[in-house]
Amino acid sequence: MKALVRAVVVVVVLVLLNALFTGGLIPDFSISPYFLQILSLAGINIILAVSLNLINGFTGQFSIGHAGFMAIGAYVSSFMSITFGDRIRASMAFAPESVRNSALLLVVLAAGAACASIAGFLVGVPSLRLRGDYLAIVTLGFGEIIRVFILNIDAVGGARGLGGMPRLANFFWIYLFAAATIAVVTRIVNSSFGRTLIAIREDEIAAEAMGVNTTRHKVISFVVSSAMAGVAGGLFAHYLMYIHTNSFTFIRSFEIIIMIVIGGLGSITGSVLGAVLYITLTEGLRGFAQYRMLLFSLLLIVIMIVRPGGILGHRELRDFFSRRRRVAAATPPVVSG
Amino acid sequence: MTTFLQQLVNGLSLGSIYALIALGYTMVYGVLRLINFAHGDVYMLGAYTGYYLSRKLKGSEPSLSGALVVMLGAMLVCAIVGVVIERFAYRPVRRAARLTLLITAIGVSLFIENGAQLVFGPDPKFFPSLAPRADFLVGGVRLTSEQLTVIAVSFILMILLRLFILKTRTGKAMRAVSFNLDAAKLMGISTDGIIAITFALGSALAAAAGVLIGMQIPKIDPLMGILYGLKAFVAAVLGGIGNVPGAVLGGLLIGTSEVMVVGYLSSTYRDAIAFGILILVLLLRPQGILGRAQKEKV
Repeated sequence: MKALVRAVVVVVVLVLLNALFTGGLIPDFSISPYFLQILSLAGINIILAVSLNLINGFTGQFSIGHAGFMAIGAYVSSFMSITFGDRIRASMAFAPESVRNSALLLVVLAAGAACASIAGFLVGVPSLRLRGDYLAIVTLGFGEIIRVFILNIDAVGGARGLGGMPRLANFFWIYLFAAATIAVVTRIVNSSFGRTLIAIREDEIAAEAMGVNTTRHKVISFVVSSAMAGVAGGLFAHYLMYIHTNSFTFIRSFEIIIMIVIGGLGSITGSVLGAVLYITLTEGLRGFAQYRMLLFSLLLIVIMIVRPGGILGHRELRDFFSRRRRVAAATPPVVSG
Repeated sequence: MTTFLQQLVNGLSLGSIYALIALGYTMVYGVLRLINFAHGDVYMLGAYTGYYLSRKLKGSEPSLSGALVVMLGAMLVCAIVGVVIERFAYRPVRRAARLTLLITAIGVSLFIENGAQLVFGPDPKFFPSLAPRADFLVGGVRLTSEQLTVIAVSFILMILLRLFILKTRTGKAMRAVSFNLDAAKLMGISTDGIIAITFALGSALAAAAGVLIGMQIPKIDPLMGILYGLKAFVAAVLGGIGNVPGAVLGGLLIGTSEVMVVGYLSSTYRDAIAFGILILVLLLRPQGILGRAQKEKV
């Protein structure tokens, strides 16, 4: 019940914000389209960062090919909405235009997420069976290979890029999915399944000795994370209405990694903070565009040496505001009995 | 048959480049258990050092001694770069969690790539020819002098490395560190020094590979290290990571299969083949061809 109320509040707030930003709420007030676009892209980055944190931060496995899964989501959903969009909308001729568009968006996003999760499964199973850093190399390779494959598929535009999908996503949808991602990842992390993931991160051998099927848990976490990246890709495509494989290079994957490392691996609010900080810094440093990545990579090294936990470490933002939680986070749980 | 032999020669010469880079991966992995992401970028720096050195030597005719100077110069510069990377990026986090080390390595790699784009410019450069060139026809197979140089130089370097590891005191210390770092330290081995030497050696070999690739495929760019690094890493895993002869074997196999795929199937998938091999190795024989399966202990 509490969750339902919360969900309704989030939806209402987002609808109001969306109306406010586009000038529908208060006459003569709206924010500039440029700022709105940055805000929306920040939302997509939040989805990417939070979902990547599930595998990199909470499970302790290092994926550096998130952009690859995003590309799959973007291309599959765009292909769907271009090819079947009119038919799907026609089949719901009875409903008003906005409902039809929303339904279409949900259908194509689901398709994109499904394909991204299948890819995640195929990549995850061989590499997550092993301990160590193989996932990093396999996902890096996968991210680049999937790009080459897409470049060579003429049906999705190849090197020309893919355009012509309707603008189905907007501020409201992006932040609705960002909120959903945060909610789902929070629920996962606080469940017994999530505790198991954290146990794997802390000590894989000990977790295995406790009877945890580590491979299974790692693969599930990776597949969920990939599916969310697919959703982010779908939203990205239906917001900008044009995609090109250049948007999904390993640079994009590294950007997401930088966000979660700055914010704190293993902290959901940290990822959100990292994503917002990253966007703010990149927009603020536009004049120094060519030094930007140099600066960020240096930042990555310095953070690892000085404060490997990032800004928040394993803690959440609210841990800093409530004393009880702060104490609980600082002291390890005592085993009673 | 002639076509096959021709492809085999092409594959071997590409494979020896991969093998040289893979050696650096496998040696660093042996002593630190770290995938040195920046290794492919050191290879790129080697190619660029070679490029600028040969520009300096311009005016003189392409000669063997000039080529030797360029090669040794690039190796020296990159050995220093490797030691600097180890000293300032990896040593401070060596005792930290493995993930910290891995992220640091990714950071170093990004730093070098972006720094190189600033310093050298993002556009490809064309490597000048270093040595007088000639083609030989042996039984219908065309051997270019570049290919022969690549194969010969790589094999000389690999044999020197093998002798160094097996016959010298330093090599013995390297083997000890790779076997057990803490025990080696207790035996009075300067582990910091050995790790630095490992980085210097690996980076010098990568630099040699960079100069050699410049001679063979004379187009170099600041991001060339990523794909070559990835494939060389696959070569190291295929041969058995941490295993020096394995890296050479893996490199030759990857190079040959890549050239065969391009020759007989399609050049579209030339970059996918290494990736496919990696997935197969991880599924079927994760310890690699020459590696031994190790049970992870507490």
